[in-house]
Amino acid sequence: MTERSDGPRDSRSGTTAAREAPAEPAQHPSATSGGGGSAAAKPTWGGRSGNLGPSPRVAIFFLLPTLILLGAMVVYPIIYSIYRSLFDRAGNTFVGLGNYTDIFTDQSMLTTIRNNLIWVVVAPILVTTLGLIFAVLTERIRWATAFKLIVFMPMAVSLLASGVIFRLVYEQDPDKGVANAVITTVRDAFSSSAGYPGARPRPNDEAHAVQNGAVVTRQPVGAGGPALVPLVGLRPNAVPADAAPAKAPAAGGGLSGTVWLDFTPGGGGKTGQIDAGEKGMPGITVEALQNGAVRDTTTTASDGTFAFAGLPAGQYTLRLPQENFAAAFNGVSWLGPALITPAIIGAFIWVWAGFAMVLIAAGLAAIPRDALEAARIDGATEWQVFRQITVPLLSPVLVVVFVTMIINTLKVFDLVFVIAPGSVQPQANVIALEMWRVSFGGGDNQGLGSALAIFLLVLVLPFMIINIRRFRREGR
Amino acid sequence: MRTAKALAALAGLALAAAACGGGGGTPQSGQTGGATTSSAPAGPKPLDGVSIEVAAKWTGEEQRNFEQVLKAFQAKTGAKVTYASTGEDTGAYLGPRVQGGNPPDIAILPQPGLVQQYADQDALKPLSPEVLAEIDKNYTPYWKELGSAGGKVYGVLVKAAHKSLIWYNSTSFEDAGVQPPTDWAGLVTAAQTVADSGVAPFSLCGASGWTLTDLFENVYLSTAGPDNYDKLSKHEIKWTDATVTAALQKIAEITGKKEYVLGGTSGALQTDFPTCVTQVYGQKKAAMVIEADFVAASAAESGAKVGETAKFFPFPKAGETEPVVLGGDIAVALKESKGAMELLAYLASAEGGSVWARLPGYLSPNRNVSPANYPSELTKTLAQTIIDAGESVRYDMSDLAPSAFGGTDGKGEWKLLQDFLRDPSDIKGIQQKLEDEAAKAWK
Repeated sequence: MTERSDGPRDSRSGTTAAREAPAEPAQHPSATSGGGGSAAAKPTWGGRSGNLGPSPRVAIFFLLPTLILLGAMVVYPIIYSIYRSLFDRAGNTFVGLGNYTDIFTDQSMLTTIRNNLIWVVVAPILVTTLGLIFAVLTERIRWATAFKLIVFMPMAVSLLASGVIFRLVYEQDPDKGVANAVITTVRDAFSSSAGYPGARPRPNDEAHAVQNGAVVTRQPVGAGGPALVPLVGLRPNAVPADAAPAKAPAAGGGLSGTVWLDFTPGGGGKTGQIDAGEKGMPGITVEALQNGAVRDTTTTASDGTFAFAGLPAGQYTLRLPQENFAAAFNGVSWLGPALITPAIIGAFIWVWAGFAMVLIAAGLAAIPRDALEAARIDGATEWQVFRQITVPLLSPVLVVVFVTMIINTLKVFDLVFVIAPGSVQPQANVIALEMWRVSFGGGDNQGLGSALAIFLLVLVLPFMIINIRRFRREGR
Repeated sequence: MRTAKALAALAGLALAAAACGGGGGTPQSGQTGGATTSSAPAGPKPLDGVSIEVAAKWTGEEQRNFEQVLKAFQAKTGAKVTYASTGEDTGAYLGPRVQGGNPPDIAILPQPGLVQQYADQDALKPLSPEVLAEIDKNYTPYWKELGSAGGKVYGVLVKAAHKSLIWYNSTSFEDAGVQPPTDWAGLVTAAQTVADSGVAPFSLCGASGWTLTDLFENVYLSTAGPDNYDKLSKHEIKWTDATVTAALQKIAEITGKKEYVLGGTSGALQTDFPTCVTQVYGQKKAAMVIEADFVAASAAESGAKVGETAKFFPFPKAGETEPVVLGGDIAVALKESKGAMELLAYLASAEGGSVWARLPGYLSPNRNVSPANYPSELTKTLAQTIIDAGESVRYDMSDLAPSAFGGTDGKGEWKLLQDFLRDPSDIKGIQQKLEDEAAKAWK
């Protein structure tokens, strides 16, 4: 600061001119007729105290608007928040540091702090890294501007709108949520799940039970009578179109039976009996077990009947393996309590990666090309150039992006508020959201809210100081 | 006393009839207004140039319907009424505006607890004698009590919600061959049959915590009785009480089974209120949704015809008492302005109620709004049950609690009942947490 402001003053011959002025009074009017005013003004600039710069009174006059604005909008609110945080809910009982101890003893507050910690550790690193990768890569492609424009575009959308978008993206139902639509489509391309998801024996079925997803007979069955396996829990239209009305297997032969949908549309059918209108379930694998080992396997026909042809007479346990009932993969529950914070961080990255990329790309353009070329001529690989030359030269920009992101993540509010459904907000909570909720959003406790605000301020402060110090160093 | 009441009721009925007769299709008929509200002058419009701001939480269909009522008031008085939506969180919207000294003229509060809270802050204006006269004429004392704080009447219940209903998709019931149940055991059996038919019986709106508190209140009122209900509402008995255990066990009978709840519990916890109605009537994935009369508006939006596909049955008795739980919105004045009191009197009158009653999704607690006004048979029945039930109904318990306990997303009762839906096995643990939160909120 001082060095730079010294420069112009020398050229205007500030101090020397002012001191010499009284010594040569006659010269001035003749030499510069119009310059009399500036010469007369200079003594006041110099000041009696010998200070450089304007007099304190002028300085204060110019600083006043800023001081008033900053005082009213920054300093006073901070001081009042500190004062308010020492009082209770109603604001008239002094509780000392009670609100602050509440923050660190309440279980849900600790979750909130833990979430903020995850945010601060994960999000800035990911955003900066992605921004760096994008910036370095776009330097080398032909349509760099178009690509940068697209990546930067989310910045044009407000955070609230981005939240609404990602709430839809993360929707559980693959018909609505694009994230799950992608996942289920990819999965279905590799494994098709044709079967009867959801089909099950009735809960009061005494002959059949569910073990590890497979339907098994509780008692071993023999060739004596047909083994009837009634299943429910499927819509009639979930049975393939070629399914025929269910019927009992032809008598005689070995072990045989029927698997069918034991639910008469419209009700009225008898439980465990094949009624008119009930369809067989074709294509179900049936295993015959003896002493835990599979002796034979067969598949049901279109009317649901099955028969084990070459099986020796005896008692067998029938098992309909789990594959018959494998539930269609329904995507990842992004908005559930386990994944909610990573999901929201994903949305945050979508918004901010473009910003990081643009800043870093600007820094990249300023790197001296000769340093890179020198390294390449010396035989460094591209990776070495990147690691040893590009990143160190970029580090000031990287730090700016990183610190800005830390501050942004500390005060993240809107994305969490919009994306997390009500039931998982406690698991997704962050300090800024909790602060709002406690003071205005139903909690109605502005003492605790102020304490949270001050806590947040204390967290942000170090990064602010880092930023300011760096600016000053660069200014020098 | 009794004769006086009867006379008042008779007079009210006559007035209501007059309002209906005059109101035909055009609600802005001046004569009826003169007959109904003593303060409403005839001739030139008395409130020309006056502008009134009304804030309420309604959006979408409910907002459009309310705006029609406001339009009728505008046409009648000439006042210019603007509507501001507060969003789900009325307290969060009004709090800063009250503190900033710039509240709307009228706010419609979703919880009686807020009446008390704002009255304590001196933010409310006591109702004018004209409005009080309307209330005495049209409401039972129970409702008047509800809008009062510290002995003064501040609010008038303008919209009631009948929360003791279970809506069902009649197609799903026909496919499964079940009839609407009348008791809890019947409900569980019906649910099992519907599940066997391949349709999830219940679509729970777990992401909207208030729907879970409604379910709890119905079951609790039924199993524990009205006296215990009142005590628990005031936190005079603890949430660890055995009656609460019993109610939660009943609820677990339907929420604890994977095949009873659409999408399982994790799916239900991501489903918010109107979505769960769509799942029953739009996507037809589930058979029943346990919520109040206002489901009708959302069901109609999903393309179902109320009364044909979209039907309801009264919440089945889970214990001794037939539960009738009501919710409702209370209009209060936040500014001392002539227009504000005039509008409140209009909303409390049989005339205003009748205009509103002709629109779908509205139920009036006003006993002089004739059930004949309602557009559907179902609403007519509902209105009649509220009028018949009189003093024996109970108000929504969570709305009587401090909002930190009974009315905040992700906190208190909302959160803990969501936790209970997620894992219904640890009833004692949930009760203990409920008690801890309640103790904090009632402090």
